[in-house]
Amino acid sequence: MSKLYIARSPKLAARVLDGEMMIMSGQDSTLFTLNKTATVIWQAADGKTTLEEIVERRIVPEFEIDADAALQDAETLARELASHGILQVSEEPIAPANPAAGDAQ
Amino acid sequence: MSALMQEMGDKALALGVPLAVQVDLTYRCNERCVHCYLDHDDHGEMTTTEIKHLLDELADAGVFILTLSGGEILMRRDFFEILEYARQLTFCVKLKTNGVLIREREAARIRDLGVESVQVSIYSHRPEVHDAITLVPGSLKRSLTAIRFLKSQGIKVTIANVLMTENMQDYQDVRALADELGVRATLDPTVTPMMDGNRSTLRLGAEENALKRLFRDQSLVGDVDEYCAVPSKPNEDELQALPCSAGHTAAYVSPYGDVYPCVQFPLTCGNVRRQRFIDIWRHSEQLKEVRSIRLKDLTSCSQCTHGSTCTRCPGLAFMEGNMRGPSTQDCEKSFARTGIPSANLLSRKPAAVNLVQIRATPNIAQASA
Ligand code: SF4
Ligand code: SF4
Repeated sequence: MSKLYIARSPKLAARVLDGEMMIMSGQDSTLFTLNKTATVIWQAADGKTTLEEIVERRIVPEFEIDADAALQDAETLARELASHGILQVSEEPIAPANPAAGDAQ
Repeated sequence: MSALMQEMGDKALALGVPLAVQVDLTYRCNERCVHCYLDHDDHGEMTTTEIKHLLDELADAGVFILTLSGGEILMRRDFFEILEYARQLTFCVKLKTNGVLIREREAARIRDLGVESVQVSIYSHRPEVHDAITLVPGSLKRSLTAIRFLKSQGIKVTIANVLMTENMQDYQDVRALADELGVRATLDPTVTPMMDGNRSTLRLGAEENALKRLFRDQSLVGDVDEYCAVPSKPNEDELQALPCSAGHTAAYVSPYGDVYPCVQFPLTCGNVRRQRFIDIWRHSEQLKEVRSIRLKDLTSCSQCTHGSTCTRCPGLAFMEGNMRGPSTQDCEKSFARTGIPSANLLSRKPAAVNLVQIRATPNIAQASA
């Protein structure tokens, strides 16, 4: 599997409610919620850390799941979020697109 | 509201999270709307630093939807600095403005900053009516130009129309104008008393017959018979209902840092210049009191046949003197809708016909003097 970098899209609104991330797309005001695992991945999506590292460091220890299966799930999730425009996925590191839309809390 | 948003709202309610907060950045304004409830002087607005600090606190408290309003938000020179900061904190930002100061450059900046939507007040499609309400010649033209700039940037725009006697006849044309511009339109026949308790603006409100016609406009209400049906008294479940989101999942902060349950509910619960927002939200006695109220606790409304269908605003009731009492403006709307007067309305109907006759008789008047 090639290295994948993920970054949160700019122009999103996001806030954690009870451990789950609410995200509103800036394009069409569609509301998404991410479960706890997806929230951890989304929060760690800084464009500089690979998905593999995120899964290894944040998901496997916290949720006690098999690393290979977790990575596969995470990649599926990343591509799905990308299809909704709320995550960017690339094989290269991703520079921050718009400082105004900055880091999620 | 989407089902997911409703679910988030229920979760926020259960967890005591203020999901939506309106912050008025200033009460200063470049219009002078005849029905406005604000005093437009600056009595010491929060500074840029204070507002940024407040936004940090709101984000920490879990606020997701942040409405920036006023006054006119663009009267603040630091408006875009505040907006940019709010977006860095990933709030879902909604703006309320009259649009007078929005040109292409401002619209592009609003788009770049990922604002969710912008609400612009439009009272009529006719300049002679709109401008007579804002008291600013040329304001309709400028507001419509702003809407076009915002639309051309792909921003979601809503036209907000407060209906009064002066513009009542134009609401359908305003809706047609909204269609033409490709934006949503909302209308509200509620004129709010001034924040300082002065109720003189209420005289501008729509007359009973105009309200009756409005509530029977199928294009607005859908099934007129259902909408205007005579209600049945609230059942046990309905008596346990919360009045509205004010103080439960929503709050308001004034330009001076005062926290209220809602912009239309001026009960001071604390001030963010002296206390952390979260401490006010969690521990204010006033908010606890607001939160404790259920329909069953309301003096007249719990016994009123309109109890479960009325749009009673606890803020308007508060401004009338009792947050557990009826809101006469809502009693009037319930009456216009269904033809059934509330007990509150009946007790207020002038029973003065006889007295006028007595006063008209000079001898009796002298005799009673
Ligand atoms: S009903 Fe009144 S107090 Fe409640 S949210 Fe609406 S305006 Fe505010
Ligand atoms: S009609 Fe008046 S008394 Fe009845 S529920 Fe509404 S506000 Fe209360």
